[in-house]
Amino acid sequence: MGFLIGFLWFVAVIAACMAAGWLFRTIAIAVTPKGVKKELRTAPLTASFGMLVIIIYIIVAVFAPLIAPFPERAVLGAEYLPWDDVHLLGTDNLGRDMLSRLIFGARNTVGIAFATTALAFLIGSILGLLAATVGGWLDQALSRAVDVLMAIPALIFSLLLLTIFGTSILTLIIVIAIIDSTRVYRLARSVALNIVVMDYIEAAKLRGEGLWRLITREILPNAMAPLVAEFGLRFCFVFLAISALSFLGLGLQPPMADWGSMVKENATLIAFGDITPLLPAGAIALLTVSVNFVVDWQLHRASGLKE
Amino acid sequence: MTESTSDKPVLLTMKNLRIEGRADETWAEIVHGIDLTLHKGEVLGLIGESGAGKSTVGLAAMGFTRDGCRISGGEIVFDGIDLMQASEATRRELRGKRIAYVAQSAAASFNPAHKLMDQYCEAPVQHGVMNRDEAERDAVDLYRRMQLPEPDVIGFRYPHQVSGGQLQRAMTAMAMACRPDLIIFDEPTTALDVTTQIEVLAAIRNIVEQFDTAAIYITHDLAVVAQMADRIKVLLKGDEVEEADTRSMLAAPKEDYTKSLWAVRSHARAEQPPVAADKVPVVSVQNITAGYGSVDVLQDVSFDIHERRTVAVVGESGSGKSTTARVITGLLVPRQGQILFDGATLPPDYRRRTRDQLRQAQMIYQMADTALNPKLRIRDLIGRPAQMYLGLQGKALTERIRNLLELIELEPDDYIDRLPSELSGGQKQRIGIARALAAEPKFIICDEVTSALDQLVAEGILKLLDKLQTEFDLAYMFITHDLATVKAIADEVVVMKEGKVIEQGPKSEMFQPPHDPYTELLLSSVPEMDPDWLTDLLRERDAR
Repeated sequence: MGFLIGFLWFVAVIAACMAAGWLFRTIAIAVTPKGVKKELRTAPLTASFGMLVIIIYIIVAVFAPLIAPFPERAVLGAEYLPWDDVHLLGTDNLGRDMLSRLIFGARNTVGIAFATTALAFLIGSILGLLAATVGGWLDQALSRAVDVLMAIPALIFSLLLLTIFGTSILTLIIVIAIIDSTRVYRLARSVALNIVVMDYIEAAKLRGEGLWRLITREILPNAMAPLVAEFGLRFCFVFLAISALSFLGLGLQPPMADWGSMVKENATLIAFGDITPLLPAGAIALLTVSVNFVVDWQLHRASGLKE
Repeated sequence: MTESTSDKPVLLTMKNLRIEGRADETWAEIVHGIDLTLHKGEVLGLIGESGAGKSTVGLAAMGFTRDGCRISGGEIVFDGIDLMQASEATRRELRGKRIAYVAQSAAASFNPAHKLMDQYCEAPVQHGVMNRDEAERDAVDLYRRMQLPEPDVIGFRYPHQVSGGQLQRAMTAMAMACRPDLIIFDEPTTALDVTTQIEVLAAIRNIVEQFDTAAIYITHDLAVVAQMADRIKVLLKGDEVEEADTRSMLAAPKEDYTKSLWAVRSHARAEQPPVAADKVPVVSVQNITAGYGSVDVLQDVSFDIHERRTVAVVGESGSGKSTTARVITGLLVPRQGQILFDGATLPPDYRRRTRDQLRQAQMIYQMADTALNPKLRIRDLIGRPAQMYLGLQGKALTERIRNLLELIELEPDDYIDRLPSELSGGQKQRIGIARALAAEPKFIICDEVTSALDQLVAEGILKLLDKLQTEFDLAYMFITHDLATVKAIADEVVVMKEGKVIEQGPKSEMFQPPHDPYTELLLSSVPEMDPDWLTDLLRERDAR
């Protein structure tokens, strides 16, 4: 019987999500300009739901101080208070409001993950495209350097670097961006290698185009689709990496709210059958799943598959 | 092929066949009700331009459609079995066993990871027609009938170890493996050189006659279909234009569209007066020896190209035609020899050439699909050279782009903001021409510019090039393997084989005997519209 109720709940939640996605898509199609409209029509319900969730996260992150009922770091009462009217999700191990920290955590974790991914892409794709276009010794030097970086397990490598350089937000961003840029480099290079052999690149070279224009006008637009798809996936990995580092104590430092460290701080509660500590983990899961819904849709479009 | 096949029992009928394709999330009909009847042992030629629905109809004969297509109406009956009603299992049982398919590019259709023999044996063993040993013996027998070299061992090679023509024959042998009642040939010789094409055509015809197999032969080449088919059906944009037996169709086509197809090969360039002896050629290729790695692809190649003249460089694939173009454009630095432009030496590497030297020599590519950046609009594609070389900006640039579009006979307002994907093949090639013209060059290399196009469209491109040449005093180097194109456009001909110039001279001399034996072979291999041509030619060659 319990199983049946659980199953019905599951179905209801899925249906509600899809309904929300449908509603979002209908509204979005109504309000957006014509070009976007046509693209949105091709979005399946999963992708619509994903976009809806991402937009909600962005709004929460941007307006966190306005939305959160309490400040991020204020100790407001006893530890581990249960859910009630004042503290909707109770309090954490130091008596801080759980909901407020969850909301501020969106800002910290998502913001830093985004900055890190953007930096990783900037470094990785520029070097990757450059290596593919110029070729020769530059390609060899860059590719072998990337091989060396990739040979070391990412988590252990980042732990090592963070121990050496300290755990400020800036070093965190730079360290993870550099480690992740190796993956971006490999993708950008292999995509560009297929493009540089095209006749239009040869035509551009024979026209006497410079390297910068060759990369930005002729190669990059054609490499965009796989790179965008990779951006979504990479964002999730970075997100998880930051949370994992925070859980291990080397990511964002207390008292900053961060979803990874929030799980760790309140882990004791899990033993008592309270799901509150798992909410930050749920928030991570929801965002990663949503991002992947949108990425799948974009990949499908980019690959040109019908049906 | 002289006996009448129409009194034999009917093998395949299609009635009012309609097929839809999916584009932009909606279904659009691409085949609008085709009727087709095929008797046992009969060869039906399906011809038409690209997009006519030839391949779609051919595949439908197996009850199959490509991804993104569906059969929306009509019926297909193969030997009493309704393919539309039959289960997928029934259709799968037929495919490969009773109906076989030979694709255009054998190189892309063979699995490169398996030996030819393994791929040959798959169908008969799978369908339980033969066991592995019988299939292998049978393969050797068929390879011999297909006149493949070393039939006993060729099956144990991988696809990349045999040539394109041999692979195409191996594929035909593979299609025959289960002795099907029907084979669908989808442009089986389009990707081959003329000399290789003959061998494949002869082998296919031979084997189809030996086993009394019915066939649907899809091609856009009229001369080829004239050799192969008993009856010809002409398609245009998913509709049937007309159908008749080969001889009466060739002798007296009824519809205007068919007549225009037949008339295509009539374009011929007027004879040009000889060039004055003291005139400095625009481009002079002098004693070029070049190659990749340690292999010489070109050996001592020399020829001149004069203003307002077209030099056609002819040869099979691998003869060094395109490599010559790469040396002229500076993409490949030659080991010996030099390129003169207007009497002055050009630096061998394009990176060392001045912007003006780069501007003077432009190139038009074979595949317009890969020669135009798919993410740029027409405005940017043809505006860029004008902007770069001539410094045009803003209004003057737009004016120049519109001007160029008018030159290539495309309506400026309609086309200026389109993407290449919104153009047809012929229009893309015109944009390629406009891009070359935008630089206001003296010399243009045309690398197989018409070989990927339908004959009617190719004809239009050739006429356009001809017109532009007189208007702008251009010199053309025209790389091609198609001698019909040479006849249509060239003033002088350079015949290349294995990196050497075999013969060169004015067109009028080249098409008159006596020939170098290789030129003779090339010339005699070009299919003619006469249905007896292949039979006569083979008899003639055997007699020698």
